[in-house]
Amino acid sequence: MTAQVFAFIPHANSRIDDAAPELAAAARQLAPGAPVTALVAGDGAGVEAVCAEAGRFFPEVWKFAAAELAYPNAELLRPLLSRVLPRGAIVLFSHNTLAMDLGPGLAVKLDAAYLPDIVAFEAPEGQVLRAVRQEFNGQVSTHVACDLSGGAVITLRAGCFAASEPLAAAGRVVDRSADAQGLAARRRFLEVVPAEVGDVDITKEEVLVSVGRGIGDKENLPVAEDLAEALGAVVSCSRPVVDAKWLDKSRQVGTSGKTVKPKVYLALGISGSFQHMGGIKGNPFIVAVNKNPKAPIFQVAQVGVVADVLEFAPVLAEAVRKAR
Amino acid sequence: MEPALIPPAAATLAGFPARLVFLLIPAVGVGLFAWILRRRIEPLLRAAPDDRFNRYGERVAAVLRLWLAQARQPRYLLAGVLHIVVFFGFLILGARSLQLVVLGFVEGFVLPGFGGAFGAAYHAAKDVAAAAVLVAVVVLAVRRLVFRPARYAVPERYGKDHTPEAILVLGLIATLLVSEGLFEASLVAAERQLGRPLQGLVPLTLPWALAALLGGVSREALQALHLAAYTVHDLTFFFFLCFLPFGKHFHVVTSLFNVFFMRLDPGTVKPVRHGVGEAGLDALETFGVKRFEDFTWKHMLDFYSCADCGRCSDRCPANRVGRPLSPRFVSIKARDLCFRRYPLRGRPAAEPEPLIGGIYSEDEIWSCTTCGACEEECPLGIEYIDKMVDLRRGMVDDGLVPQSLQKPLAAIEKRGNPWGKMEKKRGDWVLGVGEGCRVKGFDKGEQAEVLYFVDSITSYDDRMQKIAQAAARVFCAAGLDFGILGKDEKDSGHEVRRFGEEMLFQSLKEHNTEAIRASGARWIVTTDPHAYNALRKDYRDLPPVRHASEVILEALRAGRLALAPEADGVGTCVYHDPCYLGRHNRLYDAPRQVIDRLPGLRRVEMEGNCRDRSFCCGGGGLMLFYEPEEEMRMGVVRVKMAREAGADLVVAACPFCLVNLEDAIKVAGLEGELEAVDLCELVDRKLARPGGPGAANGQGGMA
Amino acid sequence: MNILVCVKRVPDTAENEIEVRPDGTDIRREDLVYSVNEWDNYAVEEAIQIAERTGGTVTVATVGDADAEEVVRREMAMGAQQGLMLTDPAFEGSDGRGVAEILKAAVQRGRYDLVLCGAQADDGAGQVGGMLAALLDWPYASLVNRIEVLEGQRLRIGREIEGGNQEVSEIELPCVLSIQTGINEPRYVGIRGIRKVASVEIPALGASELGLDPSRVGRAACRVRKLDYFVPPAGAGAEILQGSPEEIAARLVDLLKAKGGLK
Repeated sequence: MTAQVFAFIPHANSRIDDAAPELAAAARQLAPGAPVTALVAGDGAGVEAVCAEAGRFFPEVWKFAAAELAYPNAELLRPLLSRVLPRGAIVLFSHNTLAMDLGPGLAVKLDAAYLPDIVAFEAPEGQVLRAVRQEFNGQVSTHVACDLSGGAVITLRAGCFAASEPLAAAGRVVDRSADAQGLAARRRFLEVVPAEVGDVDITKEEVLVSVGRGIGDKENLPVAEDLAEALGAVVSCSRPVVDAKWLDKSRQVGTSGKTVKPKVYLALGISGSFQHMGGIKGNPFIVAVNKNPKAPIFQVAQVGVVADVLEFAPVLAEAVRKAR
Repeated sequence: MEPALIPPAAATLAGFPARLVFLLIPAVGVGLFAWILRRRIEPLLRAAPDDRFNRYGERVAAVLRLWLAQARQPRYLLAGVLHIVVFFGFLILGARSLQLVVLGFVEGFVLPGFGGAFGAAYHAAKDVAAAAVLVAVVVLAVRRLVFRPARYAVPERYGKDHTPEAILVLGLIATLLVSEGLFEASLVAAERQLGRPLQGLVPLTLPWALAALLGGVSREALQALHLAAYTVHDLTFFFFLCFLPFGKHFHVVTSLFNVFFMRLDPGTVKPVRHGVGEAGLDALETFGVKRFEDFTWKHMLDFYSCADCGRCSDRCPANRVGRPLSPRFVSIKARDLCFRRYPLRGRPAAEPEPLIGGIYSEDEIWSCTTCGACEEECPLGIEYIDKMVDLRRGMVDDGLVPQSLQKPLAAIEKRGNPWGKMEKKRGDWVLGVGEGCRVKGFDKGEQAEVLYFVDSITSYDDRMQKIAQAAARVFCAAGLDFGILGKDEKDSGHEVRRFGEEMLFQSLKEHNTEAIRASGARWIVTTDPHAYNALRKDYRDLPPVRHASEVILEALRAGRLALAPEADGVGTCVYHDPCYLGRHNRLYDAPRQVIDRLPGLRRVEMEGNCRDRSFCCGGGGLMLFYEPEEEMRMGVVRVKMAREAGADLVVAACPFCLVNLEDAIKVAGLEGELEAVDLCELVDRKLARPGGPGAANGQGGMA
Repeated sequence: MNILVCVKRVPDTAENEIEVRPDGTDIRREDLVYSVNEWDNYAVEEAIQIAERTGGTVTVATVGDADAEEVVRREMAMGAQQGLMLTDPAFEGSDGRGVAEILKAAVQRGRYDLVLCGAQADDGAGQVGGMLAALLDWPYASLVNRIEVLEGQRLRIGREIEGGNQEVSEIELPCVLSIQTGINEPRYVGIRGIRKVASVEIPALGASELGLDPSRVGRAACRVRKLDYFVPPAGAGAEILQGSPEEIAARLVDLLKAKGGLK
């Protein structure tokens, strides 16, 4: 495997994203022995800190510092990467909204294959990589194969690959900012409008009682609220509940909602889609209540109860109150 | 003998013969009234067609019952009795009013047939009637001003209070009564002064009372009073007549016609357009009611006829739980729109004015569960359900369907059931029936005498499948030879039609009709009142359809169903009339009689809220998917009624009622205090079985 | 503004259970119902609303076989003025890149100011839009949840990013956007609407009309090959608590206490 492997480092607030060490480990698996380079784009002092941190996991870090790159605009990053990446390069991204924006177009410009949202892969046999993707909202998985000789843009689902340990020696940072000069795009970033903050900040809570479609109806919410009150917890939810306008968006846990790090997470009537679970970090104690014993949530929870949420939650609330 | 006072026809006003004035007033009054009526008829001439010129025998009967006998009025006792007094008073006094008008230019006029003994009797009767009406008017005014019954209140969003209009009319009526009384009384007083008292004065009537008060008044004054009273009466009468078509008292003119043309068949839905058969539907430019002119002439007549009594809204479950729907204001808003678009002077408004987004909101129209309480209550025969359906047809035509309803509609289209579950699983519930009971499958080529039309919720919902299973066991025990269509059955389409998706309904109807006919079944039984209503009213050319309660009752009476004697104590149950079994199909007694034959149960009623006054559970079919804006659930209101009646068991005969009641029990926190059960489940529990009641239930009886 | 919306006919997964065929070559399709991809439906509604505001036409196109036509027709019943079938045996088995090549040829045959597609479809790859934009060399934005038409051939758009935040940008026309669900409330299309467009002509274009080099489309041109479908073996998963609800609740309370769940 002579191709160069690159990893685009997601970062925010001068810190690398948790996904970065995963990318490092994945990169080494993908191309054992091949040079692995981190790509960091941004602006100002923050970029320096990110490069330094990236250097803990990657032997080489290319820094692209430019004012235009202060905000990661895919329309600027695509021409930049097309410019600097060698033919046949393999580029890894963490599968996030930036990767969705950047990846497909970049693959076309590099004339490389595109493998989005990969959850696992095997070590390549020669030039052929076998990977695993999911389809139909996670209901089935597929094996896909790709010839890497023409290069590839691969996005990896967060949390599916073990994080790399820091390297023995810090990687060297190469300043390639000169290549980031004169970038122009026909899409101009204006601002980020934060999601509305509701009355409650679920990201700060230690115990969450989370409801999904299984709660049935808006009028059933008091059942969850009562349990939350008994536990001293707060109610959160999955996306369908927000789409149905039963709860405010500020209560949504998931990749398009909030990321929470509770100690205890009660999932009531939640099926357990990966977009929802993707919003739960820090390995909490997950209790799942769902009347479908085949719900994927039972794969990720520690403890499960196969029951109707509306019937079980009041029983649990009463038991909690008795125990106090 | 000369009368003691100069009559109006002979009098003079400032040198002119008064009869000219008294001829002019009616001429102008009648002319104006006719002109106003002509303007009011204008929109009806442009309206969509309706089909009411038929079944005259039934229509006359309806008029005799509802209009003449005022049969629905006493449902609200005080207001009803008061109105009956005023109504009959008006009928009786009508003749007198006519006579009075003519007396203005024909001296001594008496209506043909009103001479002699009958005339004298009538004379006394009309005075009694007038006194009664005056008392009624006073009580009505006090009610309006002091007690202010809740159903007359006008919520802010509907505009200003209507009390001034009501008081004005009461004032006009009082004026008519008092002026007529004074007209009489002044003559009586004058006659008395001349020593020749008039006969036939009834004590406590106006002439009797007022004549006594006028005892010491001079002849000249009495003469002036006589003429003035007449003039006031004449002017007031024609003013009132011309005022009628401007507000809620238009019903005085239109009520007879409105009742004559009223809906005769409960539970039905009007065709998309009268006169256009199913084959012609595709060619129609537009479906449903989008603008005022799309209503039929009868519906417009309904708007004119609304007496603003508020009884419909008072019984409306949607209104009760705070949904944005008040049937009374559906009528009043439309009436006011009509008056605005068709002013008395000037041309009718030409620009189209969409109703939805104008006087009506989308949620307002989707909030209706079509329970029919409004139509059942209205003393004037005003219809609402067809209007709701027509408005929904218009919204569906324009794509204005809430997202919450689009998914189940798409699922029904693709899969024949609102949950999108697979067709081949529709008959799977049969697997849970238990041993000893064979449910045949027409879709498997089997034959049977009876078709059990299960419909979607009972086939697919985990909980409601138990109804089907219980019903199957009961049917087997009763010796019925029955089968189901299984995967060949699609949703009956009952709510699909009532939510305005007519073409999808037509396709479901076509499919099901073919499957039912192909089955060769001789008759149909169902446990679902919505399916029952659909098959009986919306479908054509089907074998007879019966509800399970009727079949069970017949089997009990014939001794074909053995019940186990109850060992335990007696529970108290109450029967909840499902809208589509009760009100829409008048099937109140069979389920009650079945329950009364079951041992170990004492049955009570939700007094005032049962039978045709049953309170809707929340609605069925697509209504389960709609997300209304409401303050509480209808089901919660209903289970509280059940509790208040003293029951610990509420028996339903409809799967949707059962869903709503069971949910409501949880939401209201009544678990453990109240249980909801289906009639078939209850009978199944009580069947005599080797091993005791409930022993053969594969699924375990209801805990 | 003339808008092209790319739609795809996919299995309806709402209540369908997607199962893998025993030989793993595909999912079981016998009992599946198909409909337009949900994201694409939002895109069509958005296009119709934009065209209503600015004037112009909406064209709905799909790459597929004869079965796919019903989806184009349904979107036309919704209010799109034109339909376009891109169909040819040579297109079969195309991967995302191949589909993008076909769409590129279709875009270049017309005069469109804006191309919309759904953010993703049944395979969750979300790639065609971005590839199409790169092939056309037009600017692109994905996961768009808000579109505002500005003066001077520009749009102000919102993208849905992590945490439910919205990234607001200005983008020049012509451009390609992929649309996220929830951007609007799609109008209802009933049987009646579909019947109204039942006999409308939908032109079909094949490889030669589009001037496509066959080596860039179809199975042979795939850079990524799908090998099989499978369901990963279930792991140990959660410990399912047994007993009566009260017993389970009591056990759960103990566990919650131990894990700091009772605050």
